[in-house]
Amino acid sequence: MDILSLFVIVPVLTILILGFTKGLKQARIVSMVGSIIQLGMSINLIFAYFKERKINEEIMVFTKDYVWFEQFNIHYAIGVDGISVALLLLTSIVVLAGVFISWKTDDLPKEFFISLLVLSTGVYGFFISIDLFTMFVFYEIAVIPMYLLIGIWGSGPKEYSAMKLTLMLMGASAVLLVGVLGIYFNSNADGGALTFNILEIAQVNIPFEAQKLFFPLTFIGFAVLGALFPFHTWSPDGHASAPTAVSMLHAGVLMKLGGYGVFRVAMFLLPAGAMHWDWFFIILAATGVIYGAFGALKQTDLKYINAYSSVSHLGMVLFALLMLNKTAWNGALMQSLSHGFMTALFFALIGMIYGRTHTRDITKLGGLLKVIPFISAIYVIAGLASLGLPGFSGFVAEMNIFVGAFQNEGMFYRIATILSVSAIVVTAVYILRVVGIMLMGQVKNKEYLELQDATWYETTGILLLLIPIIGMGVAPLWLSDMLLESIQPFIQGVL
Amino acid sequence: MNLDSFLIMRHEILLLTITLLLLVGEIFISKSKKSSLVHLAIFLFGIHTAVGFLAIDESSIFGGSFQTNNLIHFFKNVLNIGVFILLLQSADWIEEKIVGENRGTEFFILLFSSLLGMYFMISAGDFLMFYIGLELSTLPVAALAAYETTKRKSSEAGIKLILSAALASGVSLFGISLLYATSGSIFFNDIIEVITSTNLTILGFILFFAGLSFKISLVPFHFWTADVYEGAPISVASYLSVISKGAAVFILMILMFTVFKPLIHIWENMVYVVALATMFIGNLFALRQQNMKRFLAFSSIAQAGFILLGLITGTQLGTATIVYFVMIYIFSNLAAFGVVQAISLKTGKENMDDYNGLYRTNPNLSLIMMLALFSLAGIPPVAGFFGKFFLFTAAASKGYYMLVFLAVVNVTISLYYYLLVIRAMFIRRSETPIPFFKNKLYMRLGLFITVIGILVLGLYSPLYDYIYELSSVFN
Repeated sequence: MDILSLFVIVPVLTILILGFTKGLKQARIVSMVGSIIQLGMSINLIFAYFKERKINEEIMVFTKDYVWFEQFNIHYAIGVDGISVALLLLTSIVVLAGVFISWKTDDLPKEFFISLLVLSTGVYGFFISIDLFTMFVFYEIAVIPMYLLIGIWGSGPKEYSAMKLTLMLMGASAVLLVGVLGIYFNSNADGGALTFNILEIAQVNIPFEAQKLFFPLTFIGFAVLGALFPFHTWSPDGHASAPTAVSMLHAGVLMKLGGYGVFRVAMFLLPAGAMHWDWFFIILAATGVIYGAFGALKQTDLKYINAYSSVSHLGMVLFALLMLNKTAWNGALMQSLSHGFMTALFFALIGMIYGRTHTRDITKLGGLLKVIPFISAIYVIAGLASLGLPGFSGFVAEMNIFVGAFQNEGMFYRIATILSVSAIVVTAVYILRVVGIMLMGQVKNKEYLELQDATWYETTGILLLLIPIIGMGVAPLWLSDMLLESIQPFIQGVL
Repeated sequence: MNLDSFLIMRHEILLLTITLLLLVGEIFISKSKKSSLVHLAIFLFGIHTAVGFLAIDESSIFGGSFQTNNLIHFFKNVLNIGVFILLLQSADWIEEKIVGENRGTEFFILLFSSLLGMYFMISAGDFLMFYIGLELSTLPVAALAAYETTKRKSSEAGIKLILSAALASGVSLFGISLLYATSGSIFFNDIIEVITSTNLTILGFILFFAGLSFKISLVPFHFWTADVYEGAPISVASYLSVISKGAAVFILMILMFTVFKPLIHIWENMVYVVALATMFIGNLFALRQQNMKRFLAFSSIAQAGFILLGLITGTQLGTATIVYFVMIYIFSNLAAFGVVQAISLKTGKENMDDYNGLYRTNPNLSLIMMLALFSLAGIPPVAGFFGKFFLFTAAASKGYYMLVFLAVVNVTISLYYYLLVIRAMFIRRSETPIPFFKNKLYMRLGLFITVIGILVLGLYSPLYDYIYELSSVFN
């Protein structure tokens, strides 16, 4: 069995075994074992990738290609480059952390873990696909379990949020479908056969008229998942209602599908369309960056704060991707990874705080640093990483983004960059505001004095996420080299 | 006329034999043993389904009135499987409710007669055979729709169905007569050669199309659908929505891709508009339905709209995707109707609210329903996704991107109401949920086959390639 297909097969097997388990204890053990195997595989993949890269000059390595629907030239084609390898690692870490954080799911535990793993199967499959059809299939598989996850195990207006999220994301995928078909039917522009294979389409000069038409569809189709303004509205509601692990997976992993898809499909296959439309989407993305930051400033619900912060941070990813240069793209991918770990950590901590105090309203909280010091300290660290303090992953990413963005000549790009940079300041304000109100000061409720600090499984989850954040901040070069190397073939398309 | 030419009509003759056998059985078997006829009917039909898979040569008899080829043959098999599943799912209902009233055998006789009519309809080589088939397939269903004679709604459904069917067949017949007037023949092969886009021909075609649209329940000929589905017994509603609709779509496709192919520049615009109207109206009306049968009625109207996306192409790709989609649709819809049937039989409940909390008491039924609805909504990896995706591909291959875009908007709308059912089953709680119950063997088998179909038909790609190969006969 090839090394990549296992990324889909292992979760599927785990799901099948989960089907036979009874009760919470069995379910969580099985999911934990499955996720640990998955993590082991993705770490192994990193090493295998470096080894392979030395002897293999192709864009994608470990490629495998099986014909699926011959008539449409649909293949199950897989392969990875440095970008997907990094994202696979992110996914497996967040999933494992998510399993630990959900250690005490008592309502329908089996179904919970099954849905969680179906979601992760979709994400893994998406990152390894190099065939548009396969990719699209996995994209939808990743999205649909969210409905049940939020609907059954969520809180607050969960039915509303679940429906809104699912419809917006599936609506986006519907738009994407038109884009995919458009690309497919133009993939014979150079006289070859129609194909869904990304690498083959990239060799074709798709006519400019078609690129102009299908770039916005493809871009929006993916970018909705990356919380592009004004299609971000599913995100705050969805996150607020979702159970902790789902928020983690969603913000940490699922939303990365958006940026990755924009990069891998929209930018790579339709470069002329990207150059034609970039001004328009830069305006939207920059608006998202600023709007998200100010949105977070006004909220008092912890999850809303983070959801808006995600809108802002992922807006930066799209913003950087649209800048169409190497440094910015590198920053965008770093930001994807960094935000993935960071937000997952944030949501995990919020879940812990909520589980203890039963409120997420920061005005009702206070002095938590005194009663649950470990969780609070980690919250501060995550906050600092989020506002881009040197030494953490966020700094490296944002530095790259803005340096890259500022390299673009022209008044328009410069102004957009300057406006977006200002969001960093606002980020600092809303992070420190939360830290100030919630963690410092007097304990507002006597009952909080009895609270217990993190348990062993929570600590494990936290550490899993914290290590990469610090790792990326302290030693970013190996990652950034790996990404830059993989960006090279993509950037050639737009130069 | 020799044995070989009889073998060409194997499906028809075998089914006719079974029907007659049942009729004889009905006369000679004593009243107390009537329920054994249910088993016999299902058993015989099972054999008939299996025998149908023997290969057949392309040929025609009765001077070209009756023709068959591999695609038609394949489609008859698909219909057979559909009816077989339907019988399995209805067996309990017939045994419990119908046999007692001493009307068990008639149910099968009527159902099989209708199916026989469909065989003739899709095998037709001229308009006469087509019309006979159409009538034979419709009239028994009207009787079936009114089968629960004690219920007013059932009688109402029967009357509504027979009146609209009569109108539709009259309109159709008028169209056919105009076509005959302009071309001088009722044979498809003759008409192909002389058909031109004169006004009279176009009028004939439109009337003919309208007549068949009733059967497929395309907008604006869909008004009977919801009322009839709601009133008729679930088995009959299920039959109308999958088998009857499937056969009508098939013959419409054949005729439009062969006889009326020269008029494609005229009917493609018409199909475009009808497709949009059918999708939007079906979906928008489905949003507010509470009764599961009405809900599935509007959902099946919307699904017919999607089928038109393949019809608009007029190519081999269109044929293949339509047949493939219809096949998947039969399995998905039968699964959904099967669950509704099972629940209605045990508890008499048919409303969406009654399904609240179903997953916690009857997890298996809820999961089957979820798979069926996902398949209807087109969510991977279940089969419905592949069916829809290929239909969209077919439409896009002719450059109808706008139509595909509006269709995917409709997919999103439809997802909303499919999720409503899932919400009721999985998310909502109920004070008085439907209690746990076990289905009988037939029902379980019937549901099991549909689930296998839903899971396998999409992922197993050689099937599609096979259909594509068969589809070459009409282009």
